Amino acid sequence: MRKLLHRTYIFLIIVFLYAPIATLIVLSFNASKTRAKWGGFTLKWYQSLFHNEVILEALSTTLLIALLSALTATFIGTIAAIAINGMKKRNRAFLMAVTNIPMLNAEIVTGISLMLLFISMGMRFGFTTVLLAHITFNIPYVILSVLPRLKQMNPSTYEAALDLGASPFYAFFKVILPDIFPGVLSGFLMAFTMSLDDFIITHFTKGPGLDTLSTKIYTEVKKGIKPEMYSLSALIFVTVLILLLLVNRTPKDRKNITLSRQEEVLQ
Amino acid sequence: MSNRLIDLVNISKSFGSNLILDDMNLYIRENEFLTLLGPSGCGKTTTLRIIGGFESPDHGKVMFNGTDITSLPPNKRQVNTVFQKYALFTHMTIAENIAFGLKIKNKSNAYIQDKVKYALKLVNLDGYGSRMPDSLSGGQQQRIAIARAIVNEPKVLLLDEPLGALDLKLRQDMQYELIRLKNELGITFVYVTHDQEEALTMSDTIVVMNQGYIQQIGTPEMIYNEPENAFVADFIGDSNILPSTMIRDELVKILDVNFACIDKNFGENKPVDVVIRPEDVELLAPDKTQLNGEVTHLIFKGVHYEMEVVANGFTWLVHSTKLFPVGTKISIYVSPENIQIMHKPVSVDEEAVSIDE
Amino acid sequence: MNKKWLSFPYILWAAGFIIIPLAMVFYYGFTDRDGIFTMENILAILSPEHRKALFLALVLSFFSTLICILLAYPLSMILAKMGNARNSFLVLIFILPMWMNFLLRTLAWQTLLEKNGVINSILHFLHLPGIAIINTPAAIILGMVYNFLPFMVLPIYNALLKIDPNVINAARDLGANGLQTFIKVTLPLSMPGVISGITMVFVPALTTFVISTLLGGSKILLIGNVIEQEFTQSGNWNLGSGLSVVLMIFIVISIIFSTLSDKDGEGTAI
Repeated sequence: MRKLLHRTYIFLIIVFLYAPIATLIVLSFNASKTRAKWGGFTLKWYQSLFHNEVILEALSTTLLIALLSALTATFIGTIAAIAINGMKKRNRAFLMAVTNIPMLNAEIVTGISLMLLFISMGMRFGFTTVLLAHITFNIPYVILSVLPRLKQMNPSTYEAALDLGASPFYAFFKVILPDIFPGVLSGFLMAFTMSLDDFIITHFTKGPGLDTLSTKIYTEVKKGIKPEMYSLSALIFVTVLILLLLVNRTPKDRKNITLSRQEEVLQ
Repeated sequence: MSNRLIDLVNISKSFGSNLILDDMNLYIRENEFLTLLGPSGCGKTTTLRIIGGFESPDHGKVMFNGTDITSLPPNKRQVNTVFQKYALFTHMTIAENIAFGLKIKNKSNAYIQDKVKYALKLVNLDGYGSRMPDSLSGGQQQRIAIARAIVNEPKVLLLDEPLGALDLKLRQDMQYELIRLKNELGITFVYVTHDQEEALTMSDTIVVMNQGYIQQIGTPEMIYNEPENAFVADFIGDSNILPSTMIRDELVKILDVNFACIDKNFGENKPVDVVIRPEDVELLAPDKTQLNGEVTHLIFKGVHYEMEVVANGFTWLVHSTKLFPVGTKISIYVSPENIQIMHKPVSVDEEAVSIDE
Repeated sequence: MNKKWLSFPYILWAAGFIIIPLAMVFYYGFTDRDGIFTMENILAILSPEHRKALFLALVLSFFSTLICILLAYPLSMILAKMGNARNSFLVLIFILPMWMNFLLRTLAWQTLLEKNGVINSILHFLHLPGIAIINTPAAIILGMVYNFLPFMVLPIYNALLKIDPNVINAARDLGANGLQTFIKVTLPLSMPGVISGITMVFVPALTTFVISTLLGGSKILLIGNVIEQEFTQSGNWNLGSGLSVVLMIFIVISIIFSTLSDKDGEGTAI
């Protein structure tokens, strides 16, 4: 009885979270051009999607920024995490407080603060400014995902490697990196996802010529969303769903590690 | 001793495909200090949790003072538990922790204050009432956990490896403390541990368990001096366990040498196991007995020397206050009352026990 | 082991892209167009329209936070009690939806909530009265709850997982029934999680301009909308910055509130 109640509750929450997603997928097969009306089943939006250069360009911009910003953030963030882990308590507390600012602060404030910075530096708003902004809000996710791994690590293993004759460089790649890799990986994935899903900060740091999927959708809100947007989202969603199902088939503990990292980061 | 307080009748419990307890029967008397002793996974903690009401058995009954309490929830039972790692409420002060059970029972404030004060005094932590649990050492937290349980005046106190997280010195102090408490309170203690020394020091009765079965129930002296099988002998202290043959009553052949013993009724020419404690092995000059050997190892242990002696192909463990250097030729003597004869395991269950070693 | 130099790249980055930009918001907030100090931009919050926008944002984010707690707490308890299955549920609840663009997901609620939308069609089919909440504050609350619910579930879930099951057993052992155990032990011990959940939901809800734009029609302005317009339409950065500074005061209050409650300093929050 109690179990049934629990299951029903979880089911309702999932319905709540997935109703809009299901709606979007249904809309991607809607022959009518407006959201409000069902005009019969069609696949034409999936066909025209591949000829819609505006959307495809926004997609490639989105992916490129997500990839580049996640990679850079992973690099800087991992090194920073190692440094922070070795710091004295007061310095560490200070740097962690700074790291938490982009995560705790309102996105709109982060967005406008970076906008003001880029203006004052006389930068041309476009790809570079968006990329810099994304790296900035991505680094904390990487740091917060790598740090717990470092804390778990026995500091003696690194010293043992040095003791056995390894150079610091060699010891890092052979001893530290393999140990913290799950954290690095989930930090990267987290950063990539966050960058992909971001609208607000991109909104304030992009130039007129540049659009990611998010900003494209935002400008289309008033005129009406192009149905190809639905089919693209449906494609992305189904791809990720399939990928996740595949990952779930890999050994369990691996998955658990990644997920628990993500939990820590999300907190 | 006094009458039965708790009766566990035909208790079985499994988790998934894992059989933890198999048809266990055990009674606990009023005012008894009973210890469940065994290696991890032997079912001792599960037994305790069944008494406490945190697990319900798959089969069997739990009787308390003659009434069936098998399906009674923990909050309705007249027993209280001292948990492993204390399980204090970290969001409450020490006094609030101790008062928890009394507040639930709607006792008056004056009564609660009195009781808390008394309990703190009892565990030698007078004046700690307003502190938070986190500010206390492990040993102090342990005492609070005990105080929190006993203010409710339970008939039985269940203790789940309560000293496991403490260091050696503190553990020994707490052992005496617990015995004192038990005598002062005059209630039944059911104690779970894997530490045989702890069990021997504190208990009135020890229940040795392994793989879900009770191996032996007895006083500490009985368990130590007359282990009923090889598992008990091996688990309690060091021992030499020798496969032997019972020739007839009061005569056993160990390693092809006949020894006088005091055991009877094992039949004639029956294979048995013999337990001889290392401190009961006496070393004499060569050829004083028919069992000759040579000292092969020697370690100074403080109270005594620990030696390994090879005789007739068997390596004996010997504790002696006299020094025999490595290479000394000796002969071995064991006085009859120190030879403990045990049946060979016959059932599959007992077999499992000995294989486990 | 001297790894000090390893921190330099990040310190530079943090200084350049976190601290200085934030300082600039303060600079613009406290100066006028000619760079002269003024409190005008801060005090502008007191004008009736700004006050109304801030008040509405506070009310809506308060209610959405409250609803999030009420929805998330039972869910977290169920999840914490689950065995291995809970990992896939967590992915389903938190990670997967993020891959569908958040604007589209929120926009989809329009389709669901509209007068002739999906929900009303279902209600109509069941001969129940329809709902008309699209373009009202209620729709904005729904959008906030929808978007930020995961951020409430996770900290509560983690706080609940941290509770030693024996502590719960101890309460039962000492005579507390299920409800008493919950009120006296489980709830207080999970409070740090609830409080960091509150910050994580309240701050984005208070400052959003997207959800109100998408689900509130164009009539309902929250403080986030006002700030956004100052930057992208009116071009009055000083006023926008001034209002942002006011907004940050509320954010800082909520963060202090959360760190103070997190006594063990383990940071169930970020």
